[in-house]
Amino acid sequence: MALDTRNETIHSMTRRTALLMPALALGSHALAQGAGATDKPQRGGTLSYAVTAEPPTYDLHQTATFAVMHRLSPHYSTLLAYEPGKYPNIIGDLAQSWTISPDLLTYTFKLHPNVKFHDGTTLTAEDVRVSYERLRNPPKGVSSFRQPSFAQIKSIETQDSLTVVFRMVKVDASIMDTFASPWNSIFSAEKLKADPTFPVKNVMGTGPFKFVEHVAGSHWVGERFNDYFKAGKPYLDGFRAITMTPSAMVNAMAGKQIMAEFRGFTPNERDRIVKALGADAQTHESPWMLHMLMNFNCEKKPFDDPRVRRAVSLAIDRWGGSANLSKVSQLGSIGGLVRPGSKWAASEAEMVQWPGYGRDMAANRAEAKRLLKEAGYENLSFTMINRNQQPYITAGVFIIDQLRQIGVKVEDKQVEIAAWYSAQTSGNFEALLDSFTQFSDDPTNVLVKYISTDRAPDVAIQRAIDRELDSLFDRQAEMVDPVERKKLVRQFENRLLDQAYAIPILWWQRIVVMETRVQGWTMSPTHMIYQDLADIWLK
Amino acid sequence: MAMLTRLLKNALLFCRLQPLGALGLLIIVVMASCAVLAEQVTFYNPEAVDFGAMLTGPSAEHPFGTDSFGRDIFTRIVYGARTALTIGFLSSMIGCHIGAAIGIASAYHGGWVDLVLQRFIDIILSFPIVVLALVVVAVMGKTMVLGIDLNLVFAIAIPIIPRSCRVIRAATLSIRTQPYVDAARAGGYSTVYILLRYIAPNVIAPFLVLLTAYIAQAILLEASLSFLGLGVTEPKPAWGLMLAGDSANFYNEAPWMILFPGLAISLSVFAFNLFGDSLRDWFDPKYRN
Repeated sequence: MALDTRNETIHSMTRRTALLMPALALGSHALAQGAGATDKPQRGGTLSYAVTAEPPTYDLHQTATFAVMHRLSPHYSTLLAYEPGKYPNIIGDLAQSWTISPDLLTYTFKLHPNVKFHDGTTLTAEDVRVSYERLRNPPKGVSSFRQPSFAQIKSIETQDSLTVVFRMVKVDASIMDTFASPWNSIFSAEKLKADPTFPVKNVMGTGPFKFVEHVAGSHWVGERFNDYFKAGKPYLDGFRAITMTPSAMVNAMAGKQIMAEFRGFTPNERDRIVKALGADAQTHESPWMLHMLMNFNCEKKPFDDPRVRRAVSLAIDRWGGSANLSKVSQLGSIGGLVRPGSKWAASEAEMVQWPGYGRDMAANRAEAKRLLKEAGYENLSFTMINRNQQPYITAGVFIIDQLRQIGVKVEDKQVEIAAWYSAQTSGNFEALLDSFTQFSDDPTNVLVKYISTDRAPDVAIQRAIDRELDSLFDRQAEMVDPVERKKLVRQFENRLLDQAYAIPILWWQRIVVMETRVQGWTMSPTHMIYQDLADIWLK
Repeated sequence: MAMLTRLLKNALLFCRLQPLGALGLLIIVVMASCAVLAEQVTFYNPEAVDFGAMLTGPSAEHPFGTDSFGRDIFTRIVYGARTALTIGFLSSMIGCHIGAAIGIASAYHGGWVDLVLQRFIDIILSFPIVVLALVVVAVMGKTMVLGIDLNLVFAIAIPIIPRSCRVIRAATLSIRTQPYVDAARAGGYSTVYILLRYIAPNVIAPFLVLLTAYIAQAILLEASLSFLGLGVTEPKPAWGLMLAGDSANFYNEAPWMILFPGLAISLSVFAFNLFGDSLRDWFDPKYRN
């Protein structure tokens, strides 16, 4: 797999450089080999970091929020994993080795011997089989959040206590990413057989840290698992994840009450922390596998009309927004449905052909007005459901202003996250400002958001049915040749952006700030991977 | 004509006897004029984003500078006055009127009615004013009517009710024992008639003082709730909201983002408090003489 670290930067800060932060933030890759890279890891210490939300469950199979991932990942292992520092290279985690049949229909994994669960029992192939059966065919009372990604698995067999075989119905170009997914944690078969919902309220895996306690609204504590199967790891004695609000987090970082936060800060927050910490701050930046998009409810007027949806997309000056909003928020790059900079992304020449991506905004807005007039919605006004936190608020202000310029009036209804999710599931919205993230750039992972609602009701909330899109999605999912697959991805984007069931606004920029004494952590374009803390040590 | 002359004479007398109150009134009049004539006072759109002018300092073009979206802060303060005065005035009116009605009824009836009503008022009074408003606005959500969040107005009005009730009840207690009230009762007038004809007009002085004082409180409360993200939301201009969000992140590079909205809040509260205090003195014969 190709390396994709070109756009990542890491800086070890001095007070003087801190003041030049905005310029340095886009610094050279040479700095990525900066302070601490050659130091030898040291044992000991407790890492304290912030998480801005409470976990709604302890079960990684049944959720998609970082609030769970950033607390639970240190307690679990997966079959495969992304190689630290070399995303998207895949390496073994529980799997010591694996073979793939020439027809790509059989995957055989040999597990590490003597892998222990935190209760002292030994992990076997049966634990992997039962965990994956739970993922692809969840029992009553359990929901598998990413169930469609296991659709091509025909059977899972154990050949011996350390060998597990996955047989496929047909080729799945994304299956290795599925095996490396941080969400597909391996649970104890014994515990699952006794109670399929065991992981919802209990934490017991084979990961580098054992669970100690969770005090809701306060903290989550883990301690070193001395029988962890990777020799010498983890380096830390333990970790303490502290629950706090984003504003408290900035102050806590500046005051050294916490050492890190792994999701991301805004440029201004970064500058404030770096200014406060001076030489003790390090920052990492990367384009983020997370984008802001506007979903339309295609079942309701006026957005059942593609002309109205396209007009809204045409009115948004993404190029101007990108250049300027990136100075004051996490919103940054322009892209389609796949992450800009990834190997699947469209070139600028391809993007400017899409409605709303052309650089001539006067022409775009004239066309938008024409479409609205043609559709009979010259004085269009609608309500947009939005979240009441950044950068959603910034995106809302931007969108309202852009649509005002074609005479469209938008009411920005900012709500709490529960109401926001409720609007998505109930379909009680006209337009909804949304964001979407995945653990990898793999197109199947990403494009699922835009297929027909009846095929992916949890994520494809636009309530549109488009079998042409579904067909393109299925074809790319089976296509192993990356060149041909990329062509299919492009066709999918062309179709989606022409129909505009949902329209991407801008992609986010990930900015992570931590103290320089935190070493061994790997930056990536997603905040969902590299969070098991096994490689982290304190200087 | 005679009435106008008397009104003018009284106004001049008020200015001479209560110069600080007159200053407060002047500020309120200027603020209200700005709110009503916002489109004439400034030609910028308060919600229009101008990337070319992001975080620009005060200048002839933007006298109070611009925010992180390039929006003119002077314009947003002028339009913000509309938000502050509308919510402040409506909340204070609703809160003071309901409070006064309960206070008059409670004091006039006395006995178990007074006992029950006052214990209920005690319960509401035990909540700090901001906490009570926070709870109400969090529970009720938003109901927008003509661009005004009615739930926000009620959330601010509710904490005003018990405070207004207490003051008006105290005033009513002294009035209800007056001989002219006894005479009206002996004359066979109905309770409603007595309350409206003899009690209510005689508590108008403390009521007006309360009304002005609580407009200031309501403006402050609206700013606090907006600052906490529970009041007015972006992109609508509101002073408290202007102090929240990005302002905290830019206080070094763009101090005008917090300076001018902060001044607007302080000045308006100061003006209403000055005017309210002077009004109290004006209505009090002891001070007036």
